[in-house]
Amino acid sequence: MALNIGPAHPATHGALRFLVELDGETITKASTEIGYLHRAFEKHAEHSTWSQVIPYTDRLNYCSSLMNNVGYCFAVEKLLNIEIPDRAKFIRVIVAELGRIMDHLICVGTSAVDLGALSNFWYFYNVREQIYDFTERLCGARLTTNYTRIGGVMRDLPPDFDSGMRKVLKSLDRAVRDVTRLLERNRIFIDRTQGVGAVSKEDAISWGFTGPCLRASGVPYDIRKAQPYYYYDTFDFEIPVGTTGDTYDRLMLRVEEIRQSQKIIEQALDRIPEGPILVNDPKVALPPKEKVYGSIEGLMNHFMLLVDGIKPPKGEIYAATEAANGELGFYIISDGGARPYRIHCRPPCFPICAAYGKMVEGGMIADAVAVLGSLNIVVGELDR
Amino acid sequence: MILERLQEKFAPEILSCHQDLGDLTIVVKKDRLHDILESLKTDPDLAFEMLMDVCGADYLAFGEAAEKPRFEVVYHLYSLSKNHRLRLRVKVPEDDMKVPTAIDLWKSADWHEREAHDLFGLEFVGHPNLKRLLLFEGFEGHPLRKDYPMEKRQKIPVPEEKLK
Repeated sequence: MALNIGPAHPATHGALRFLVELDGETITKASTEIGYLHRAFEKHAEHSTWSQVIPYTDRLNYCSSLMNNVGYCFAVEKLLNIEIPDRAKFIRVIVAELGRIMDHLICVGTSAVDLGALSNFWYFYNVREQIYDFTERLCGARLTTNYTRIGGVMRDLPPDFDSGMRKVLKSLDRAVRDVTRLLERNRIFIDRTQGVGAVSKEDAISWGFTGPCLRASGVPYDIRKAQPYYYYDTFDFEIPVGTTGDTYDRLMLRVEEIRQSQKIIEQALDRIPEGPILVNDPKVALPPKEKVYGSIEGLMNHFMLLVDGIKPPKGEIYAATEAANGELGFYIISDGGARPYRIHCRPPCFPICAAYGKMVEGGMIADAVAVLGSLNIVVGELDR
Repeated sequence: MILERLQEKFAPEILSCHQDLGDLTIVVKKDRLHDILESLKTDPDLAFEMLMDVCGADYLAFGEAAEKPRFEVVYHLYSLSKNHRLRLRVKVPEDDMKVPTAIDLWKSADWHEREAHDLFGLEFVGHPNLKRLLLFEGFEGHPLRKDYPMEKRQKIPVPEEKLK
């Protein structure tokens, strides 16, 4: 029997379509159809200036939009070959780890709902709302943050960020403890997730998995440790690694990563230096408003930056950051003009979704839903 | 070191190489591409176990020397054991857009090549299922090419029953 798990379905977490052939409850063949959320990010980016692309990047992985902003600006700054000030680097680390925490909270919360465990969703989303209060104070928006700029960040941390954030991290601690107690040794959860959708190490590497799905299969690859950026090599944190690569490992690994991200944020809040948040380069970053309204050079600088735009030299760059789902890569070609010549975004969940069809073959429909939840496929990122 | 290894076996195919901004990039011709990719994966000193990305690029509007050949396929490779990266750019002329598939070496090439075919029209010879991925089936044209206008609208296909 052929079954269509259509694009509008509560268990697919987005607009994804699966066509499965069933023999009773067992799936004999499965294929995936994507593209329901394709919004032509790459084509739009070719027609916008370098800074106008940043709001488009928010909407890639909308669950952790701050990480997309950081990833894109990281790539453009590498292309321009500029160094952003230290305070901006630490702010970006704090904000990226907040994005990672938010994404993992969504993933574990909604996967548990798919399996029938409803309370975890509320514990995790409560903390998410508290973090949203902070992103709103930081950049004005809860979800589509548009926070980083090429050369730094848009606005400095508000004065009560430090104490407020530590309170939120305490409540995150409690929520993680509650959810772990509810799920870790729960008989139903273990039966539904252990041994389900296991991916071997060789398969995971060949399929191009990165991030929590690769680490659950036993490969300790994390860009923050392998090719560190923004002082990640000076922070003290561990990367959890799983053993079997099944659904249980993937979900529990994400909960552990929330704890590690919490450690990083606390260390970054302790160590953050004072200083400027935008690089002091007139060709890249807008001058402060006092100069714009006070001197003719500031006014001309502001005008030329907004009308002409940033002009990186001719060249190409591939810069990868460790996003919540894995390696988020931006491949950018510049022809020296005010608009990018070509931007290609390598979404971390693209190869993971490609492997999904093979992962569920031979299992049951209920297992297919459990596996899909643990892969954390965000359709905004998948389709761009 | 990666460049020397490739030059030992494939010197006539290598067009240029640079290491700007910290990324090692090698530009090659299309011939013997599959052998080059295979040796990148299996050679013990290169050991590129992961294919991170395959994408296309259209150089039609790239400044003064609008370069011939027009298209490029760009492979981004990463080695887990040696922790090094490589960008391999393959020049593809407009009149012969056939490129051998890398799906037998890395399974991740599957959907990346389908997407490059969908958006640029590059043909990957040997790919078992080279259909459109991101765009719907009745879509005409290849939108990421530079001569595809941004504002162009497509006719949305309507199922036959509705027309009656």
